[in-house]
Amino acid sequence: MHPILKLIAQRLALGLLLLFAASILIFVGTSILPGDVAQSILGQSATPEALANMRRELGLNDPAITRYFSWLGGVLQGDLGTALTNGRDIAESLGGRLKNTLFLAFWAAAISVPLAIFLGLLAVRYKDRWPDKLISAVTLTTISIPEFMIGYVLVYWVAIKWRMFPSVSIINDSMTLGAKLNAIAIPVMVLTLVVLAHMMRMTRAAILNVMQSAYIETAELKGLGMLKIIRTHAFPNAIAPIVNVVMLNLAYLVVGVVVVEVVFAYPGMGQYLVDHVSKRDVPVVQACGLIFAAVYIGLNLIADIVSILANPRLRHPK
Amino acid sequence: MTEPLLKVRGLKIGATAYPPGEKPVAIKIVHGVDFDLEAGKVLGLIGESGAGKSTIGLAAMAYGRGGVEITGGEVWVNGRDILKENLRNLRRLRGAEVTYVSQSAAASFNPAKKIMEQVTEAAIFQNKFTKAEAEARAVDLFRKLGLPNPETIGNRYPHQVSGGQLQRCMTALALCPEPDLVVFDEPTTALDVTTQIDVLAAIKEAIAATGVAALYITHDLAVVAQVSDHIMVLQQGDMVEYGTVDQIINNPQEEYTQALVSVRSIRHEEKTPSDNPVLRVENVTARYKGTNFDVLKNINVDIHPGQTLAVVGESGSGKSTLARVITGLLPPSDGQITFDGRTLNPELATRPIEDLREMQMIYQMADTAMNPRQTVGTIIGRPLEFYFGLKGKAKQQRIQELLDEIELGQGFQDRYPAELSGGQKQRVCIARALAAKPKLIICDEVTSALDPLVADGILKLLLNLQKIEDVAYLFITHDLATVRAIADSIAVMYQGKVVRYGPKSEVLSPPFDAYTDLLLSSVPEMKIGWLEETIENRRMESAGN
Amino acid sequence: MKNIPISAMIGLFFTGIYFLMAVFAPWIAPYGMAEVVGDVWEPSSSEFLLGTDSIGRDLLSRMIYGGQTTIFIATAATILSFTLGSVMGFFAAVSGGWVDQALSRFVDLIMSIPSLIFALVVLSVMPTTVPILIILMGLLDSTRVFRLARAVAVDITVMDYVEAARLRGEKIGWIIFRETLPNALSPLVAEMGLRFIFAVLFVSTLSFLGLGVQPPQADWGGIVKENKEGINYGIQAALYPAYAIATLCISINLVADWILNRTTSLKGGRG
Repeated sequence: MHPILKLIAQRLALGLLLLFAASILIFVGTSILPGDVAQSILGQSATPEALANMRRELGLNDPAITRYFSWLGGVLQGDLGTALTNGRDIAESLGGRLKNTLFLAFWAAAISVPLAIFLGLLAVRYKDRWPDKLISAVTLTTISIPEFMIGYVLVYWVAIKWRMFPSVSIINDSMTLGAKLNAIAIPVMVLTLVVLAHMMRMTRAAILNVMQSAYIETAELKGLGMLKIIRTHAFPNAIAPIVNVVMLNLAYLVVGVVVVEVVFAYPGMGQYLVDHVSKRDVPVVQACGLIFAAVYIGLNLIADIVSILANPRLRHPK
Repeated sequence: MTEPLLKVRGLKIGATAYPPGEKPVAIKIVHGVDFDLEAGKVLGLIGESGAGKSTIGLAAMAYGRGGVEITGGEVWVNGRDILKENLRNLRRLRGAEVTYVSQSAAASFNPAKKIMEQVTEAAIFQNKFTKAEAEARAVDLFRKLGLPNPETIGNRYPHQVSGGQLQRCMTALALCPEPDLVVFDEPTTALDVTTQIDVLAAIKEAIAATGVAALYITHDLAVVAQVSDHIMVLQQGDMVEYGTVDQIINNPQEEYTQALVSVRSIRHEEKTPSDNPVLRVENVTARYKGTNFDVLKNINVDIHPGQTLAVVGESGSGKSTLARVITGLLPPSDGQITFDGRTLNPELATRPIEDLREMQMIYQMADTAMNPRQTVGTIIGRPLEFYFGLKGKAKQQRIQELLDEIELGQGFQDRYPAELSGGQKQRVCIARALAAKPKLIICDEVTSALDPLVADGILKLLLNLQKIEDVAYLFITHDLATVRAIADSIAVMYQGKVVRYGPKSEVLSPPFDAYTDLLLSSVPEMKIGWLEETIENRRMESAGN
Repeated sequence: MKNIPISAMIGLFFTGIYFLMAVFAPWIAPYGMAEVVGDVWEPSSSEFLLGTDSIGRDLLSRMIYGGQTTIFIATAATILSFTLGSVMGFFAAVSGGWVDQALSRFVDLIMSIPSLIFALVVLSVMPTTVPILIILMGLLDSTRVFRLARAVAVDITVMDYVEAARLRGEKIGWIIFRETLPNALSPLVAEMGLRFIFAVLFVSTLSFLGLGVQPPQADWGGIVKENKEGINYGIQAALYPAYAIATLCISINLVADWILNRTTSLKGGRG
């Protein structure tokens, strides 16, 4: 087997292992901690009988390991359990919401990734001149403000003062794509702003790092023009770090989605999660937590694999 | 008279430094240099670090590296002043008329592209040759440069060939577009000495075969004497002396040139071995954790009190590992070490403090050997306090004595390492070792990072201190000139074994074993025609076999 | 301490002001924290400089007390994450071997789940009190400090001067406190600033989601939550915390940047 395939197989196995460990962590986080789920659900005034009933219903009397494996077994078969608060099947409620969340994240990524790479290149091109300085100042500002505040600032100006887009983003399946996009315009803007700065800054650093290599000087001393140098010498070496940057920020985007959905009352997974955290609906929280963790681990895994594929030393071993 | 290929007049080069938190400062690197280079000739530029030689070399392509800027003067190439040309025209010059070979081929090749593509790129881009012609030419150059499998080596990626081979590929890259002038910037400095001679011979032959002119930049006068027609000596951005190779080597006029020529002329009378060695290494074998081969194989050497054992070898020979085993950083898997009559514990942690005190170490990079947050006084004072409990005035007095011994004198106690020059840093490290009043000092490549004249000063100091303090040295080096200058006995190491060991006079006299012969004959001598002689000798020997 | 660049001066100035306001909140705030003193969302006047909030409390007083809560929680969480992270990071780096492996892999695992998600999972079964928030944030964030501290310490322990100290026979205490720590301090202090910013953002986010500081106690994230409906009527009340958080975080960033630059200038000393 080509050594690179072996390496990728290793990474995939490692990713699965990590996901497995993460599922244990999530389960442990919700069941072994001192908080009593039954007590939290029923409140302080619950009668001892009600508590005992609830404990039995939740299977809390079984040992934690049994509960974990029955939960994991269910998850592997697509059964995420039922919500405590309304008794509905979690997988069913999640399906549509997951789709909505991915819809929002997709458009945020589709706008922010090309924009960030373009602006990162711009910052490199005008290094230490005003566009570069402006970009780093804006970066500093946006990483210093939490997502929800960017959200409300935009709502205040764009939705209320200028009346360009709606301040609440409620979508359903019967809407046309245009109507949906109009509804999510402001949340997409917020998410773009949230990841743009980081992505731009990291892209800039990655490209600068490549541009300072000795082989770029060699290319310059061959008399090649800047554009040709970037295209033929810098780009092949910059792919891996840039993909890495993009993946890291998409992973960050996933977290940003949670908060932004709450701000805009958007019917996605993030809002669903936050809602059920306050209602202490543990099965829902476990399911959502696991899905978010899976997406996060998956994106990091892709970044890893791309770096391996792009490394000539690994692709062409001695 | 015909116009020279390269004519430099009043060349001034500067740079801007940005000390953090302060205003940018303009620095002058080269203050007005003049020289000519005829077509097909080779001019050697020589000087220590900071002499401005690389900067001048790149100025022949009107190129400033990093923040370096050409601030004045004229550089005429093929009859036009290239400093007045626009970038468009400069691009037609670079990679076509003038090309460049850097010190580190490993960094200068793009890791993502095949060697052939990179070697032929300039020739094709500059419309000198078609792709087919350029590739044929590259294969021809690979062959001339003595590369293995010249037809196919171009299909490899840079990391798939060795350092010496890649350096030759870089030369092919520079010669492929059929330039008028090649700038060689320390092309053999990063190579081992036995590799250097082959690359040097290959470069010289390729220059002769193509009739190209060259600027050959190096800090090693013996190397430049082999390849150049003329030599220009530079110091701190000024030209010190210019002349033919013969004149510079055999009849240098300026004091600085004379110093450079005679730099390796320390002569040290070998002492006779005593009966009781201070350190005896017996049957030592060692390997690193998690590896499955021995880095050291059955090593036996002695060091006698007040004498120097030089351990010489190339990178990967195991010479630094030997130091790690002796100091206890890497316990040997077999064998034992006796120090001053007592058996040393293999593990550093279990050695008594007295053993640690009597054996001190000096490192190659003085920069990283001193804590940047401690003053010279603290650095030298710590062993005094730690081993002898010296405090207050007594300690201060002893520190000053030590500073006097290493010829630094007053006012250094409160300085930080960053405020010292390279040579001064190494002296402080020597003082720190001496402070412990050791019987043995292990010197690991202590002069390799220094300029020749500075290194010379350090060697003289070490010899002097040996007389005064009666301390023994284990001197690890790859440089045979240093060995000649300082050793009483020598151990030659190759692939983890000691291949030759004995008093200096014996080790350095024939008959030699094959490796020692190769090593000794590969060290450039400051003699015109040495390279040809050596290569010729080797050819005759191999033909004789 | 001379030659402080102007940006760092501004940063220090604002950071100082915020911390002073947090410490002296009861003396500075014109009204009580939960005192209802006026109508709903009154505009700013000489009586209420920033106006009133959604149930008629003085917004300026809420902001000052909110700053106190937010800054207190963030500071405590930072101290916890910092102490824990750097001690464990140094311990891992100096011990090496399986101790290092075990700690590093465990941290990798924690970091494979986004902090916010992890916090939400835990808060679904834990009561949201201030001590629990501090411990949770401190523990989660200590993973990042661990990584940095370990990396810095590993970089330093391979230096020849540390080897020289070991060859001299120095005890582990000297090696950590005299050789390693002085060289690791500056990057760690700069990181401390960034961790603090992260803690401020984190606690504000949790409070905004209703899972952090609980009413009636004021904190910046909570003020946004309480007043967010006002935005729809063009009332800025929910935006003031945004300005406060942004200025505080930018100021600390400026200071951290300056500290980091000073470090590199010391390290760059060569010949």
